[in-house]
Amino acid sequence: MARFLFRRLLQLLFTLIGISILSWIIITQAPGSPIALTMDPKVSPKIIEQMEKNYDLDKPIYQQYFLWLKKLFTGKLYSFKDGRPVLEKIAERIWNTLLLNLVATLIIFSLAIPLGVFSARRPYSFLDNLGTFGAYLGLSIPGFWLAYLVILATVKLFGYPVLGLRSFVIEGLSTPEIVLDRIWHLLLPASIMAIHGIAGLSRYTRSSMLEVVRQDYIRTAKSKGLSEEVVYYKHALRNALLPIITLFGFLIPGLIGGSIIMESVFAWPGIGRLAYQAVLARDYPVVMTILTISAVLTLIGNFIADLLYGVADPRIRYQ
Amino acid sequence: MRHPLLEVRSLTTHFFTEDGIVRAVEDVSFEIYPGEILCLVGESGCGKSVTGLSILKLIPIPPGQIVRGEILFNGRDLLKLSEKEMEGVRGNEISMIFQEPMTSLNPVFTIGDQIMEAIQLHQKLNKRDARKKAIEMLDRVKIPSPEKRIDSYPHQLSGGMRQRAMIAMALSCQPKLLIADEPTTALDVTIQAEVLRLLREIQREMEMSVMLITHDLGVVSEVGDRVAVMYAGRIVEYGPIEDIFHEMRHPYTRGLLESIPQLEVKKTRLNAIPGQVPNPLNLPEGCKFHPRCPLRIEDCRREEPPLFEVKEGHYSRCLRWKECR
Repeated sequence: MARFLFRRLLQLLFTLIGISILSWIIITQAPGSPIALTMDPKVSPKIIEQMEKNYDLDKPIYQQYFLWLKKLFTGKLYSFKDGRPVLEKIAERIWNTLLLNLVATLIIFSLAIPLGVFSARRPYSFLDNLGTFGAYLGLSIPGFWLAYLVILATVKLFGYPVLGLRSFVIEGLSTPEIVLDRIWHLLLPASIMAIHGIAGLSRYTRSSMLEVVRQDYIRTAKSKGLSEEVVYYKHALRNALLPIITLFGFLIPGLIGGSIIMESVFAWPGIGRLAYQAVLARDYPVVMTILTISAVLTLIGNFIADLLYGVADPRIRYQ
Repeated sequence: MRHPLLEVRSLTTHFFTEDGIVRAVEDVSFEIYPGEILCLVGESGCGKSVTGLSILKLIPIPPGQIVRGEILFNGRDLLKLSEKEMEGVRGNEISMIFQEPMTSLNPVFTIGDQIMEAIQLHQKLNKRDARKKAIEMLDRVKIPSPEKRIDSYPHQLSGGMRQRAMIAMALSCQPKLLIADEPTTALDVTIQAEVLRLLREIQREMEMSVMLITHDLGVVSEVGDRVAVMYAGRIVEYGPIEDIFHEMRHPYTRGLLESIPQLEVKKTRLNAIPGQVPNPLNLPEGCKFHPRCPLRIEDCRREEPPLFEVKEGHYSRCLRWKECR
């Protein structure tokens, strides 16, 4: 087991280095330059030269990569755009994103799995077909479009603001009202983000359950006199959820990586929107750091999923 | 006069598929007396497993459906019981073991968990007592060091051990009837003999009745008391084991017995019944066996023969049973 962990972690490290080099090449070689985008054409070439020097843009690309790495680890990495430390910029937004995604994920898992099991218990019944229809609808409606519709509808119907972390005017509100206001601003984007996930995961659970209930050991469980509930929720679900562990690998980076589209639509000050703005401005230090964090989290997520398989499925042993 | 423990009357189970109605079990009647082993024999697809599953109402509905019949267990018609009442019968009064010990145990739970489940459910024991009982059962089916094996997962056991664990699970609540669906088919020949001996032993000790479903006449001759031979969803011959083996009165039974390979007789070819098992969606008219039968006459094509009582307790579904021996 210890050898497995060591080998796996070493693999992750090399993968991470590979990912960062590749992303560096792609980001810096993309058309556009951080300077051209921010500068007025009338500015003298001297200042441009000075700026290139400050940003290390005059050096060869491989040197730039190592300089970025060095600055990242010594904490001297600054944003091109406003000169603030990159880690500070990320740190002040990370909690917003984490909160939003955590709520969305909770909604997804707590609704999708019971829904999937329910559909699998009476396959092709009216309710199951309704579920299938709903899932296709949820998967095919673009999230941003639905978000705009919902925003429009709520603002028009209730006249209540929905954008941002909270309402602008909170003076004169009592503490419970402020808390409710925050929850309202959180729940709406989280629910819309969850629709896609619920649609996908409930279908996944359903087909996994349908596969499992055909197995011989389900018949054995019934032959012991166990009730349908125990057979489904204990014997079948535990086996049906094994493939769903893979999703954990994607869950963790998703929690922090944020959703660029939803954060932009709801003016949510999170990592996703920061990344989006940084890409537009060719703010290499910010983009690269966010990419690296996402890569680290993806790898950690996969690693945790590997370990979880061992816990959930006794047939898996590590060597 | 002994009273039967189980009386199956005109059991008819059909599967309503997209291709048509599969008449898996048609008008099957038999009885099992306390403490006896009844063997249900026939080729694959003859309806013997569906008969076993129908008794416990474990056939998948839909597409399956028990169309008519009565299954009297201690005088109580199981087909009239609610699902809740059936749960109290399954694993408690009637247990079942299956062919594939590999896939019939849940891979993510230990065998102890799976045995204790039935004990806790039906005998209302707490966890500690249930565990003690489970270890006792594992010991009884001769699994070595049961207090250790109880925490094993199915994949950590050999095929024979898994089938023993299945038997321990099925017998943990002292059922009055055990339905064993090809319990030794997936095992090595040497292990088969051990498991059969074990079943027979426990059956005598517990004075339990067994309905043994098999296609292996060797197994039947070793443990059976009475035999029902099935063909295309019907019982074609039914009687005590000596009568079936030595005075068979149905050409299908004779064909089956003649196709057992014999070591003493040197032969170049194995005897086989000509033709194939009929398509269950499209059964022949009249006697279902007539297209393959060496004794067929014009009458066999016209009408399905009833079960003739050839002597007391011995029945044959053949018009020419007198000539068949």
